[in-house]
Amino acid sequence: MADVDYATLKKGGFMRQKHKNNFSLRLAVVGGTLTSENLKKIAEVADKFGDGHVHLTSRQGVEIPFIKLENIDEVKDALAEGGCKPGVCGPRVRTVTACQGSEICPSGNIDTYNIALKLNDRYFGRELPHKFKFGVTGCQNNCLKAEENDVGIKGALEMKWKSEDCINCGLCAKVCRLDAIKIEDGKVDVDYDKCNYCGRCVKSCPTDAWDSAPAYWVSFGGTFGNNISMGQELVPLITDEEQLFRVTDAAIQFFDDNAKAGERFKVTIDRVGLDKLKKVLNEAYEG
Amino acid sequence: MADFEITDRVDITDVVCPVTFVKAKVALEELDDGDILEVRLNDGEPLQNVPRSIKEEGHKILKLNDNEDGTYTLIVKKVEED
Repeated sequence: MADVDYATLKKGGFMRQKHKNNFSLRLAVVGGTLTSENLKKIAEVADKFGDGHVHLTSRQGVEIPFIKLENIDEVKDALAEGGCKPGVCGPRVRTVTACQGSEICPSGNIDTYNIALKLNDRYFGRELPHKFKFGVTGCQNNCLKAEENDVGIKGALEMKWKSEDCINCGLCAKVCRLDAIKIEDGKVDVDYDKCNYCGRCVKSCPTDAWDSAPAYWVSFGGTFGNNISMGQELVPLITDEEQLFRVTDAAIQFFDDNAKAGERFKVTIDRVGLDKLKKVLNEAYEG
Repeated sequence: MADFEITDRVDITDVVCPVTFVKAKVALEELDDGDILEVRLNDGEPLQNVPRSIKEEGHKILKLNDNEDGTYTLIVKKVEED
């Protein structure tokens, strides 16, 4: 065991335990989603190579503790049979987390899992000056806590009233938290300067009297470790996926270009300047 | 509310989510196609979710009235599934 390359092991998600020669194997999970096939194999590996338990991490990952160093290749092969791959730790893009989103949850404005998969394909494991986290939440209930992440994506709805389907029940105005909807003489009037596109008017409408389309709020520089800071929204509402990925590309590239080793995105932003990042992001936003 | 011939009434102001919706749903199941149910519900969470959930079950929401006492009255037409 003298030649163990801990850096390589760590990159592959093998977390050194306090117990000598034991590793907690972190698996790659995207958007908190595993198939039953994945789970069966994980259970089998935990029984055969671990001590029969797994740990669910704070960021929707799975770790199998008490994996012995000498079994690492065998464990990797076994997991691969069940469609599982080791995850990552260290200075790179981490697990992309997501809530269930619009495909499952009635409150969801965006297909979070689809966005998480695309972010994962684009960035997962990318080497950077420090760890970098993405999180995708479907709506402003924010179950996934978007602002905890270096880049957080939050689902919104761009919407427009359809007079022909409206029964003038007044529910949209009632549920609006920002008092952005006024109803006069049967006409629903949205003050788009007040609106934050949360989608509650659309979701509550009992007659589907709204045209709506998924949109995204993106926050930057969130971190919830030794230092705590909430990510900030630095660009206007994003209204399509291509625009979204232009902006996330710009954010990660800004971090790659400007960060010092071991420095989180928030620290880079404070050191290099919020205005500089804003400029880069807004150029990407405009396309 | 004279516009509608009410078949039955249900008050869901005495229960909380998710029973609010369940109580309304059970009341609707008792009815025939085209019957009209009047649902009394509380402001807040039930107002945000119950009308929409009933609509998603395939029924038709005809009207919502503010009773101005913290409760609302929802008028629903039962639509039988094909």
